[in-house]
Amino acid sequence: MVKILQKEHIVPNIHEFIVTAPDIARKARAGQFVIVIPDKYAERIPITIADWDNEQGTISILFLEIGAGTQSLAALNTGDEIFSFTGPLGRSFEIKKYGTVGLVGGCYGIGAIYPLAKALKECGNKVVCYSEARSRFLLYWNEKLESVADEVRYSTTDGSLGSKGHSHDLLKKDLELDEHYDKIFAVGCTYMMYKIAHTTKPYGINTIVSMNPVMIDGTGMCGACRLEVGGETKFACVDGPHFDGHKINWDVVLNRRKAYIEEEIISKERL
Amino acid sequence: MGKIIPNKNPMREQPPEERIKNFNEVPYGYSPEEAIAEAHRCLQCKKPLCVDGCPVEIDIPGFIGFIAEKKFKEGIVRLKEKNILPAICGRVCPQEEQCERECILGKKHEPVAIGRLERFLADWERENIEIEIPVLPKSTGKKVAVVGAGPAGITAAADLVRFGHTVEIFEALHEPGGVLVYGIPEFRLPKAIVFKEIDFLSKMGVRLHTDTVIGMIKSLDELLEEFDAIFLGTGAGLPWFMGIPGENLNRLYSANEYLTRANLMKAYLFPKYKTPIAKGKRVATVGGGNVAMDCARTALRLGAEESILIYRRAKEQMPARNEEIHHAEEEGVNFQLLTNPIAFHGENGWVKEAECIRMELGEPDDSGRRRPVPIDGSNFKIPVDIVIIAIGNSPNPLIPATTPDLEITRRETIVTDLQTGKTTKRGVFAGGDVATGAATVILAMGAGKTAAKGIHEYLISGEW
Repeated sequence: MVKILQKEHIVPNIHEFIVTAPDIARKARAGQFVIVIPDKYAERIPITIADWDNEQGTISILFLEIGAGTQSLAALNTGDEIFSFTGPLGRSFEIKKYGTVGLVGGCYGIGAIYPLAKALKECGNKVVCYSEARSRFLLYWNEKLESVADEVRYSTTDGSLGSKGHSHDLLKKDLELDEHYDKIFAVGCTYMMYKIAHTTKPYGINTIVSMNPVMIDGTGMCGACRLEVGGETKFACVDGPHFDGHKINWDVVLNRRKAYIEEEIISKERL
Repeated sequence: MGKIIPNKNPMREQPPEERIKNFNEVPYGYSPEEAIAEAHRCLQCKKPLCVDGCPVEIDIPGFIGFIAEKKFKEGIVRLKEKNILPAICGRVCPQEEQCERECILGKKHEPVAIGRLERFLADWERENIEIEIPVLPKSTGKKVAVVGAGPAGITAAADLVRFGHTVEIFEALHEPGGVLVYGIPEFRLPKAIVFKEIDFLSKMGVRLHTDTVIGMIKSLDELLEEFDAIFLGTGAGLPWFMGIPGENLNRLYSANEYLTRANLMKAYLFPKYKTPIAKGKRVATVGGGNVAMDCARTALRLGAEESILIYRRAKEQMPARNEEIHHAEEEGVNFQLLTNPIAFHGENGWVKEAECIRMELGEPDDSGRRRPVPIDGSNFKIPVDIVIIAIGNSPNPLIPATTPDLEITRRETIVTDLQTGKTTKRGVFAGGDVATGAATVILAMGAGKTAAKGIHEYLISGEW
């Protein structure tokens, strides 16, 4: 059983768990995920691996408390055992020397781009991170990101830190100022990733987005997470979760996200 | 030997109008009196053909003879010599194509109800006595990793542990059982029965690791550092879609997703269990196998007013068991035969119509069945709220993808010697759907037994 060693409520609604999972820590790579079931009644929830420590045999996950499942997960405490915890799943990001790389993180994605920034920097890339939130108090891991990236640029919709607006506004401005990127990675909410892909397309910059559709088993068995990439159906769990943002059919992605809105409300009403 | 009774003793069932409102098991099983009466129908042939029809070679007249003498305990011991999972097989094996098809009585009358008798003994044991753990031989000191806790894996594990090897099972999901748990519905195979049979394995010393995806957390080469041999029973888990327009609309499911939500995740008990499943008035299932029947019948139990089954050939060509087709018909599933969807149409992203075309049967194809041919201009639309695609699965690619020296076929199955279970990689064996493509529970169990023998020989001789 996987045990919670440390629980931290990082910013409102975002939690970090550090858990004992030595086998997963040994294998984890940036961009992979785990499937977590908080208790026997709960759903299987896919969560990106935010960090790992092979020596301590621990991994760190960051998640947004939003639905009934993540609410049950957030209710667990340090010392508790997690009902089910499976990973690592999915493919990792492709880590190599690209040149100058922009990493965009929002929401749980700020945590998810940290191991990516670290790995890309170790490969000799110039790494610029874009961290976004609604307000300054919702940004986190600033120092951690700054410690591994060449530069971290902030954007907040209320303008309380960095540029006022969204990360895609800031990235657009930077691109218009002739800043050059060889590769962009974006991790966070679907809409943010969609906007980033939209922003980089005219510049022809290869843009990898980390998809987070509804999943059940996470091993290719159910097809719930399917999406359309370059006209073909792909399963996010085994073919991804990372895809070329310019080839994704975003209408399909955005539509499939609302498949269980009504059930989600019923579930939450019971909590 | 008394007078021949031409028909099987009937098994009492939940009436259709009742059972479509619950997920409880449909047939009740024989009482001891009914079982004894049925056992007396057996002719106790000197050369029993039924045994030849059984993929795991159960001594069928032997266990039936004990039932007839009311020696149920002796009966179950005899049965379990060959079949470790009788409560499951008695329920889901296609006996009409195996043991019962060979039964001499069946030439003129109905065959002996072998499956029902098998189920009776297993249920009697579970309900009445402490299940006996067989005496295991001295340990060989060899360790075997079994990947996948489905029918092939648990059967292989049971035989391997009885050969004296140490066995550990690695299962990707949070519950063991494979398709018995995520796929076959509660009303056909109660999960408590599956867990009890698997518990028997733990009692024999088999260690089970759930939540462990081999290929991701450990490669086969890493497993071979700890284990002397590996058995791959990872099943056929990758769902096929039809490749027609509209398949990514909301409320269009693969059978695997629909059944996994309902069974493994217990979405039929939503919102107590939090995994949701779409409920709709008109549910269409595409396919003609047992899985399609399971989906169509699950939809009824989830409140569908109309459960429509769309199948491109005729009823005679359906791969589903007659018993399943019969149960589906009794429950009011609407069969649209010689019909095939060509597109799904939606409204605001939700599936609303299945556009279908009528088919006729042409020349036989590779499978020997007459090929369905579309009738031009016969297009029509079926209004639907939910669609379930149940047209089959291919093996899961995770292990082959991370094991370059494991050869796979064009159909993505693992190249396996069916006599021994050997793959192209030393020390690695395979069996069940991952080796043969999607088939039945009992064939997977048979393959698990064959591979267990192959593994045992390899471990003792050291020769590949």
